[in-house]
Amino acid sequence: MSAMAEERRQKHCSVVLPTESMKAMAESVGVGQLQEDSCVALSEEVSYRIKEIAQDALKFMHHGKRRKLTTSDIDNALKLKNVEPLYGFQSQEFIPFRFASGGGRELHFYEEKEVDLSDIINTPLPRVPLDVSLKAHWLSIEGMQPAIPENPPPATKEQQKVESTEPLKVVKPGQEEEGTIQGKGQGTTTPDGKGKEKGLIRLKPRSTHELSVEQQLYYKEITEACVGSCEAKRAEALQSIATDPGLYQMLPRFSTFISEGVRVNVVQNNLALLIYLMRMVKALMDNPTLYLEKYLHELIPAVVTCIVSKQLCLRPDVDNHWALRDFAARLMAQSCKTFSTTTNNIQSRITKTFTKSWLDDKTQWTTRYGCIAGLAELGPDVIKTLIIPRLAIEGARIKAVMEGPVISNIDKIGAEHVQSLLLKHCASVIAKLRSPPDNVEQYRTEYGYLGPMLCSHVMKARTQAALQAQQVNRTTLTITQPRPTLSVSQSGLSGSSGPRTPSIIKVPSSLTLMSPRPGTPSQPSPPATKYIVMATSAGAASTQQVITLSSSQSASPVTSTVPSATSTLQPLVKLEPGSGPGLTASRPLQKYIVVSLPSSASSSLETKSSVLPTSISSSSLDGGMKLERSESPGASTQSPH
Amino acid sequence: MAAVQGGMSDADIETDIKTEPSTDGFGNNNANDGRVLSASPGSGSSTGSNKQTAAVTPEDQQTLLAVLQFLKKNKLIESVEILRREAGLPENSLDPKATESAGAGSGGAAGIVDLEGGDVSSLLSRVTGSSSAGAQAPTKAVAEDQPDVRVVLSAYSQQGDPTLYEVYYSDLKKFIETVLDCHRAELSQVFYPLFVHMYLELVYNNHESEAKAFFEKFSGDQECYYEEDLRVLSGLTKKEHMRGNETLLDFRTSKFVLRISRDSYQLLKRHLQERQNNQIWNIIQEHLYIDIFDGMPRSKSQIDAMSGSLAGEAKREANKTKVYYGLLKEPEIELPLDDEDEEAENEEGKPKKKKPKKDSMGSKSKKQDPNAPSQNRIPLPELKDSDKLDKIMYMKEATKRIRLGSDNLPSVCFYTFLNAYQGLTAVDFTDDSSLIAGGFADSTVRVWSVTPKKLRKVKSAADLNLIDKESDDVLERIMDEKTASESKIMYGHSGPVYGISFSPDRNYLLSSSEDGTVRLWSLLTFTCLVAYKGHNYPVWDTQFSPYGYYFVSGGHDRVARLWATDHYQPLRIFSGHLADITCTRFHPNSNYVATGSSDRTIRVWDVLSGNCVRIFTGHKGPIHSLAFSPNGKFLASGATDGRVLLWDIGHGLMMGELKGHTDTIYSLRFSRDGEILASGSMDNTVRLWDVMKAFDDLETDDFTAATGHIHLQDNSQELLLGTYTTKSTPVIHLHFTRRNLLLAAGAFNP
Repeated sequence: MSAMAEERRQKHCSVVLPTESMKAMAESVGVGQLQEDSCVALSEEVSYRIKEIAQDALKFMHHGKRRKLTTSDIDNALKLKNVEPLYGFQSQEFIPFRFASGGGRELHFYEEKEVDLSDIINTPLPRVPLDVSLKAHWLSIEGMQPAIPENPPPATKEQQKVESTEPLKVVKPGQEEEGTIQGKGQGTTTPDGKGKEKGLIRLKPRSTHELSVEQQLYYKEITEACVGSCEAKRAEALQSIATDPGLYQMLPRFSTFISEGVRVNVVQNNLALLIYLMRMVKALMDNPTLYLEKYLHELIPAVVTCIVSKQLCLRPDVDNHWALRDFAARLMAQSCKTFSTTTNNIQSRITKTFTKSWLDDKTQWTTRYGCIAGLAELGPDVIKTLIIPRLAIEGARIKAVMEGPVISNIDKIGAEHVQSLLLKHCASVIAKLRSPPDNVEQYRTEYGYLGPMLCSHVMKARTQAALQAQQVNRTTLTITQPRPTLSVSQSGLSGSSGPRTPSIIKVPSSLTLMSPRPGTPSQPSPPATKYIVMATSAGAASTQQVITLSSSQSASPVTSTVPSATSTLQPLVKLEPGSGPGLTASRPLQKYIVVSLPSSASSSLETKSSVLPTSISSSSLDGGMKLERSESPGASTQSPH
Repeated sequence: MAAVQGGMSDADIETDIKTEPSTDGFGNNNANDGRVLSASPGSGSSTGSNKQTAAVTPEDQQTLLAVLQFLKKNKLIESVEILRREAGLPENSLDPKATESAGAGSGGAAGIVDLEGGDVSSLLSRVTGSSSAGAQAPTKAVAEDQPDVRVVLSAYSQQGDPTLYEVYYSDLKKFIETVLDCHRAELSQVFYPLFVHMYLELVYNNHESEAKAFFEKFSGDQECYYEEDLRVLSGLTKKEHMRGNETLLDFRTSKFVLRISRDSYQLLKRHLQERQNNQIWNIIQEHLYIDIFDGMPRSKSQIDAMSGSLAGEAKREANKTKVYYGLLKEPEIELPLDDEDEEAENEEGKPKKKKPKKDSMGSKSKKQDPNAPSQNRIPLPELKDSDKLDKIMYMKEATKRIRLGSDNLPSVCFYTFLNAYQGLTAVDFTDDSSLIAGGFADSTVRVWSVTPKKLRKVKSAADLNLIDKESDDVLERIMDEKTASESKIMYGHSGPVYGISFSPDRNYLLSSSEDGTVRLWSLLTFTCLVAYKGHNYPVWDTQFSPYGYYFVSGGHDRVARLWATDHYQPLRIFSGHLADITCTRFHPNSNYVATGSSDRTIRVWDVLSGNCVRIFTGHKGPIHSLAFSPNGKFLASGATDGRVLLWDIGHGLMMGELKGHTDTIYSLRFSRDGEILASGSMDNTVRLWDVMKAFDDLETDDFTAATGHIHLQDNSQELLLGTYTTKSTPVIHLHFTRRNLLLAAGAFNP
């Protein structure tokens, strides 16, 4: 008998209605002065009777096969006692009592509103509730539970976590065979289903990740829809990824799909596809049943690439790749918030990576923008400690581009975007840091070139905050920002916080297709071999180098945009010293990460498909590329290099 | 008042059922009202004195007299007259024996007779034509009859010094804590009943604060499975509350049964006598029934396995009656050759297959099972032609049956009720799995056809007149094609429908409801045929006999009733449970009925005599599901405590405990061959258990059968064959098809 149970019981025994409520009730029926003694006697009696009724009502709940006590249970219990039921309490879900206090008394009362009949008559009729219907499905087929939507997901998030974190037990070679068989048989059933073979060492079940035919079909459909041209289908697919509970088996495929997709499309500067892939990441992160931790090593580099990559689109001066950077930065911040732990240190590693490449003088404006966006999304604290101190330096750099001789239009656009980004993020933080009198000169001395603009932004931010505060006072409701919606093409791509116009850009699926794509469209179906080197040191100019070795006619347009690339026809890759933007950033040692795809695309697909039962990226990526090809004949007339 | 010696109080427990003439017209169409009513006073577990035959035995006469006395006291003169006439007693028989009948109160039955008084009067009033409307239900009658309560509670009036109660109790506690280990567990059983009775004594004598203090001090010591009762007790702090409180009346009127070894009992007795602890000794003498056995004291786990019921364990005597648990001989059915010709598909294969099968079945049924009741012990309806056809279908299906086992698990097909808005309260499948019926909280009953064959009504009388009655397909012609639909709704109840059951011939459907009625529906016209009134309080469950015609119902009035479809009054009343009857099941041979109750016991009743022949204790919560094994030997029960218990009916023993569910078990079902038990629960899972293994493991042990002291192995994990979780659907019904496919049903509960 635990002490807790005892305590609970004693609580049961002492619960009696307060005498005040007796008084209140007496008043409500017109009995003015009630003696204290009668109040006590009444409250004891009433409490006892209420308990009795509650007990009987529970009986009805149990026989109604419910977990929730309803008002009708109480009614039935009253009927048992030959008491007239309380008519009018038919609400299933809520108890219509309101609480009021005042004059040192607390009351719960039933609010009876005046009802305007004409209102009721004029409101459209509510939907007729659906009729009961019967639906059959297989809960189990010869002992195995099929993974169909009607059944719960085979593994809950906790199970997935346990599975991935539980250390492997050492087994002797002889036992291994048996163990794997057992593990396999266990498959989708819950672990306690079969723990029975005694004497066997229980192995961590090897996660087989075999996909059923249905799952393979699903995977194919989903990935195709995600990168396809139909926006409605994509929305559906993303919705499915974000909500379906049974995706756990497919997670490794999705993760590889995304990371490979980003890798390929960064090279090809296919902005639209990158956006689609980022939306997939977002959807995966939104799914509450997935345990993503296992796949961060693939997802985070992909996301970071989309933030800081030097070039994400074919025409940096026209295309809005900034929005993708913003979106990816927000994704990054979200994953830092959800997944960062003391052991994996994601946030600090990411922060270091961003800072490092930002501090680098030779960093391109695009990358610079990405770094700042990535940092800024991490929250006001990061802005305060890392960004604001550098405002002056950054301002000088912007000034040099804006007011100096025009070197290139692209640099100028980049500088403008960096400037507005800094203003946007810093203004609200500074507004909190500094006290109200905003002096332009003071700002100028402190923040340099950006000072005056910052000043006006801060003032704007202040008035806005005041406005919001007023609203808060009026409605006594906290106004929460609506979450950025799933769809990138809408508010998702717009800035991070503060009420803003819903969308900066719309990225319909055709956007990139309209954009001129020099060179690539004429590529033959086995695309050029690509090598992506993700490595950099403090001295290296590029964070990412892409070398495209086109096997056939088309010259590689990409290499030309990457200045430091050594575009030799030698098949292997140039290694750049330094730490890349990926996960390795936090290590002080110089690291080289060479990521390479095998020499021909087709062979790579083959090797992949030998690993994964479904044609993972092959079909869908091909689809994506085909699509571009088919729609870009106009673009291809624009002269390639 | 001492009822301490084993089984000494009621000499008439061992009612010899075998001497009961089995031809006593039980199946006669005009139910003998006198018999119906005389079944009720004898319903107490200890009194086996309900002989229904005209020849009234002396014990019966005594009981009758006690009832008459009671009635007279309550000025129910008319009823007295009628009862006297029915029983054939002389008019003056009442007075001289009055003292004796009052003296009967000294026996264990006194309280029961008093308690049932209300019941009897209600029954009588119904019999005498004032009909059920005016009948008072048992508990209410008691509650309103002030003198009765006084009688019931009077034992509490003798009081000691209220302040000393704590001393007494802690003194005993100290003693039991210091006693030898082997006796401690047994003697600890005394704590709970003592605690309750002492508390009630304090409350009855208006020592409110002392009672509260006593409760707070010692309630924590009680076993956790009594928590619910303690909660009821905790609310009860005034003498006025005791009036009409059922739990309390149960406690008072039924003696709490304890099973203690002789050594331990002597120890306790000596201690109490040495200490002159009369207060406790009196309670033990008056309110406890100590069933003493010779031999080793039981261990804590053994005791825990059996305890938990509202009134302690079952007396050993209660489970000694012979139960004919064997199956009835299957009627020989000639497989007409032309019948096979009808299905011309695989004609060559069939006769060959059928012949040996039929022979084996025939030989099996030919040698009469020694444990089976005689074929006509209970008059059963004769087989109709359609029944025979169905039997043939059954046999055909049975040949295709999958043999299940631990390595050959059944597939589970789940029928989900969508948009039920938490309103689904009962489900049943027909035996051939062609129809599903659902009872709903909105008092509707719905029937679905699971097969492509739609549900059709019979044509109206005018249209029926036009049909050629001689034609071969007349049965097909009477159906109205226009009414064909996949589901039908039947309206009639005025409260949630808690129990539902198809008749074996699929022509009728029974439903029981909160409105106190059991309704019989025709599945040909989809209309209500009969409303059986009698319970007056919510009827929690009802079930058809496996042979049809009879059905059983049980409800809040703590009484189970046996009905025949063509009688508007019950044939038998099974009374003895101390709380609501929550589920009722027929034995496969139709001679017995099992009832589960909120008093946490299961009782098995003999349909012939109306006697309780088995009491199973061990559950720690209200029982919500029961299932007989197909061979009739075993019973499985599931309760709110999430455990399934297995029982051997022949020996009256607990056979096993299956732990795994985390919530109320609403459904249990054995596979057609009895190898696998499926359980469905509120925790959204269907679990499969290897019951063959459970039975095999235990059957080797003879000693346990002799003493009734079982050692339960904790092997639930080994017996659990599979767990299948639904998304968010509590499993409220399970059914094995004739080919051993498991069907499950429940309402999606988002």
